[in-house]
Amino acid sequence: MKTLTDLKKIREKAQEEMKLRGSNTRIKIVVGMGTSGIAMGAREVMKTFLEEIASRNLTDVLVTQTGEKGLSSMEPVVDVVEDDKPKVTYGNMTPDKVKKVIVEHIVNGRIVSDYVVATGN
Amino acid sequence: MSLKRIDLLICCGSGCVSAGALKIKERFHAVLTEKGMTNEINIIETGCMGPCDYGPVMVIYPEGVFYKHVSVDDVSEIVEEHFIKGRPVKRLMMQDSEDQVIASKKDIPFYQKQVKVALANCGYIDPESLDEYIATSGYEALGTILTTMTPQQTIDVVKASGLRGRGGGGFPTHMKWQMVLDATADQKYVICNGDEGDPGAFMDRSLLEGDPHRVLEGMMIAAFAMGASKGYFYIRAEYPLAIKRIKMAIEQAREVGLIGENIFESKFCFDAEVRTGAGAFVCGEETALIHSIEGSRGNPTPKPPYPAIKGLWDMPTVVNNVETFGNLTTIFLKGADWFASMGTETSKGTKVFALTGDIRNTGLVEVPMGITLRELIFEVGGGIINDKKFKAVQLGGPSGGCLTAEHLDVAVDYESLKEKGAMMGSGGVIVMNDNNCMVNVAKYFLDFSVDESCGKCSPCRIGLKQMYDIMERITRGEGQEGDIDELLRLGETIKQLSLCGLGQTAPNPVLSTIRYFRDEYESHIRDKSCQTKVCLNLMHFDIDKDKCIGCSLCARKCPVTCISGSREEKYTIHQVDCVKCGNCLDVCPVKAVTKVPGIHADVIAVNEIKCDMED
Amino acid sequence: MYKEICNKYAPTKDNLIYILHDIQDTHPQHYISEEAVEVVSEYLKVPANHIFGVLTFYSMYSTKPRGTNIIRLCESPPCYIKGSDNILRKLKTMLSVNVGETTKDGAFTLELAACLGVCGNAPVMMVNDDVYGDLTEEKIEEIIGKIRGGN
Ligand SMILES: Cc1cc2nc3c(=O)[nH]c(=O)nc-3n(C[C@H](O)[C@H](O)[C@H](O)COP(=O)(O)O)c2cc1C
Ligand code: SF4
Ligand code: SF4
Ligand code: FES
Repeated sequence: MKTLTDLKKIREKAQEEMKLRGSNTRIKIVVGMGTSGIAMGAREVMKTFLEEIASRNLTDVLVTQTGEKGLSSMEPVVDVVEDDKPKVTYGNMTPDKVKKVIVEHIVNGRIVSDYVVATGN
Repeated sequence: MSLKRIDLLICCGSGCVSAGALKIKERFHAVLTEKGMTNEINIIETGCMGPCDYGPVMVIYPEGVFYKHVSVDDVSEIVEEHFIKGRPVKRLMMQDSEDQVIASKKDIPFYQKQVKVALANCGYIDPESLDEYIATSGYEALGTILTTMTPQQTIDVVKASGLRGRGGGGFPTHMKWQMVLDATADQKYVICNGDEGDPGAFMDRSLLEGDPHRVLEGMMIAAFAMGASKGYFYIRAEYPLAIKRIKMAIEQAREVGLIGENIFESKFCFDAEVRTGAGAFVCGEETALIHSIEGSRGNPTPKPPYPAIKGLWDMPTVVNNVETFGNLTTIFLKGADWFASMGTETSKGTKVFALTGDIRNTGLVEVPMGITLRELIFEVGGGIINDKKFKAVQLGGPSGGCLTAEHLDVAVDYESLKEKGAMMGSGGVIVMNDNNCMVNVAKYFLDFSVDESCGKCSPCRIGLKQMYDIMERITRGEGQEGDIDELLRLGETIKQLSLCGLGQTAPNPVLSTIRYFRDEYESHIRDKSCQTKVCLNLMHFDIDKDKCIGCSLCARKCPVTCISGSREEKYTIHQVDCVKCGNCLDVCPVKAVTKVPGIHADVIAVNEIKCDMED
Repeated sequence: MYKEICNKYAPTKDNLIYILHDIQDTHPQHYISEEAVEVVSEYLKVPANHIFGVLTFYSMYSTKPRGTNIIRLCESPPCYIKGSDNILRKLKTMLSVNVGETTKDGAFTLELAACLGVCGNAPVMMVNDDVYGDLTEEKIEEIIGKIRGGN
C-alpha cells in the first residue's frame, strides 16, 4: 500500500465485506423462516437470493430472515422492503421465482405482480 | 462469492473471556459446521462491547440483536431459532424497566447517552483484521496528514481540538508535542503508556484489545507531528491479550507498508515495538516508565528535566496515554471543531469511564465531558444494584477522592472534580452503596499505595505507612482522640514533599473521606462503633430471641462453640468468645441472627478489666 | 537452557525485562534462579546486582521456586467491595495454604495481585495467563477442580 488511492481501494472492498453491519443498504429482503416456511422450502429460497446477489455483486441489498408471518398457505413468503416505499410481500416462492424477482424487482425496480400476495404493512 | 447473511459479533474482551466467551465461540463453530451453515454466518471476535456485567455478550447483524449472559448451552437454540428460523431468542435479550424485551443494541439505555469516539470500533470490528479497521476509514487520517500537512499544522489541529491527556493529569496534548517538535535531536521517541494500574480502570486494556490499529495510527500521527521515528508501546504484563493484539497490529501494518520507510510515499519513516512491565504500578509514571523500558528498576526521577527534553535514552520523548492516542484519528477525520463542540469550556470531547463497584451496569462507557455524575451513574450505569442506596463514588482510583450524593449534579470535567476534592484520573468510577464503611474503603486504597510505593523517597515510603497504621488502628477499634488531625497533617505533608505523583496523591482517599464522612471516623474513634457493621471489632452479632426457633444450627456451626441455649430458652451468643466468623448469620434458617453496630457491653467490660490489670 | 532463551533476544539492556519474563515462564517452577541471573548478566554485560535490583523491584518476578500454576487473586478495592476477601478465604482453605505459599503437591501457588484490570467482573483472579471473573466460592471449586483434573 503506497498511496491514499490504494487505501481507498482496500477500504471499499473491506466495507463490502462488512455491509451486514452497515447502514448503506437500499433494499432489504426478509425471508420468512418459520417452521412452515422451512418445510415449504424457505431455506432454498434464501440460498438462491444469497447466490444471485453475490453473483450479480449487488452491494446494497441485504437478505435477512424473520419468523412465522401467519401466511402459512402461501409459504415460503418473502418481503421486499425499500426505504420510503410500501413493503411488497411475495408468496409461494421457489428458486426460479427468486431469480425473476431479482432481475425484475431488485435490479430494475419493476414489481413482479404475479407473485405478490400483499403490499403495505 | 460471499453467501454470508449474518455477522455474529462475539465480545472477546477480557471481561467476557473471563466469563467464558471463547468456549461459546468454539461451540458456535461446532454447531454451524454440523448444520453446514459456516458459509452463511461470519463469526467475528470483537473487543469489549462495554456492558461487562452482562457477559458473555454478543450482537447479531443485520438486525443488531443483542444477547446477554449467553452460555454454551444456549448456542444450539440461537442457531436453531434465530439463524435458521429467524426468531431471536427473547430470554437472552435485554429488558427495559417495564420488562419489555429490547430488540436492538441501539435501543439499550446503556448505549443511548454514550458518544463513541475512542471506542467507536470496540465491539464492532474484528481487532485482528486490518481490513476491518480500514473499512472504518482507518489510516485515512494518517495518509492525509502525511501527504498534505506539515508537523506544525498537525499540532495546530490538536491544539484547536482542545484535546487533553487522558492518562490522569489532563495536560494539553499539543503543548508536549510542541516542546518535542521544537527540540533539536538526532532521534526522538514517542511512547504509548499502557501501564494502566489504577484499581477500577480498564479503559486502556479494552481499547488496546478492541481496536489496536486505532492506537497505532494515533501514535504515528503523534510521531509525525514531533519528528519521531520510533515508538514504544509500554503495556503491563497483566494484559497478555492486549500485548498480543498490538504486536499483531504492528506486524500487519509492517506487512502492507503502513509502517516502515516513506509511508504513503512521504518522507516519514516509522517503526514501533512493544515493551512490557512486570507488576509495578509506579511504572505508569512517565519517568519511571522510561527507566523500565531501558531495562532498569522503575523508580521515578524528579522533573525537570521533562521527558520532552530528556526522555528515553536522554532523547526528547513524548509519553501519551492509550486513550489520548485513540482520539486522534477521529479528530483529524471529523475536524477539530467537531471534537471541541463536545464537552465543557476547558474539557473537550468525550471520556471513557470504567464503571465498577455496586453499580448495575458495570463496564465500559464513553460519554461527552461535562455530563453530570447523576447521568453517568444512574442513567448510563443503571443506578445501584439491588436497589440499595447510593453512598459515594470514588473517582481517580487511589489517587482520587470520593464524592457523595450531594455532588451528583457536579459536571464531570477536570476542573469541577478537582474543586470538589476528587479528580478525573484515568477514568475509573467506583460506585459504593450504603453497606460500605468509608473508613475501611479509604484504608484499602491506602493499602494499595503503601504496597505500590517504590520507596525511593521517605515522605511516601514512611509517611503513607504511618497513615496506614493509624487507619488500621481506627478500624480495629483502637482509634484515639487526635487521630483525625494527625491523618490530615500527615496527608498534607506527604502530598507536598513526595517526589512523584504516587506519593503526591496517595493521601487523597483518606483526606476526602475525612472531608465528607468525618462523622464515620468520629464514631469509629469515639463511640467504637462502625455503623455499617463492616469493621469486625466495632460490631457484634446478636440473636433475636423473638425470632429464634431454637433449632441449634448456629450453635453447631460456630467454630469456637460460643453459642448455647435450648429449644425453650432460645440461643445466645457469648460475646467475649465470638470470633466474628459470621457462620451463625449464614446458617440461621429464620434470619434471627443480625449484625449490630458497636462493641457489645460484655466485651467492653472484659476489656476494661484487662486494661486495669495491665496498669 | 538459560542461554538459549537469551539468544532469542538482542543483547541489549532494554531486553532484560523480556528475558526475565521468558526465563520465569519457561521454568517449570516459575522462578528465576541465581544461576539464571549469572547467565543473563554475562549475556547482556550487565552487573548481576543490577539484575537483582530489577528482580526485587517488580512484583511479578519470583526468586523462589513456585507451583505449576500461579494463582493471582486481585486484592484491590473494586474487587474487595465485591467480596474478594471471601474468595481468598475459600482459596486458602481449599488449597490449605497461606498467601505466598505453594500446595504440597506443587500444583498451585497462591498470590495476591493489584488490580488486574477486569474490575467490571469483580472479584477477579488470574491463573497463569487466564482470567477468571465474577468469582463465587462454587466457581473456585470448579476452576481449581478443572485445573487439577487437567494435569
Ligand atoms: C503513579 C502514577 C501512575 C501512572 N499511571 C499511568 C498509567 O497507567 N497510564 C497513563 O497513561 N498514565 C499514567 N500516569 C500518568 C503519566 O505519568 C503521564 O502523565 C501520562 O502517561 C501522560 O499521558 P497523557 O498526557 O496522554 O495523559 C501515572 C502517573 C503516576 C504518578
Ligand atoms: S513519591 Fe513514592 S512512588 Fe513516587 S518516587 Fe517517592 S517513594 Fe517512589
Ligand atoms: S440458627 Fe437461628 S433459629 Fe437456629 S438456634 Fe441459631 S439463631 Fe436460633
Ligand atoms: S480491582 Fe480487581 S481487577 Fe480491578
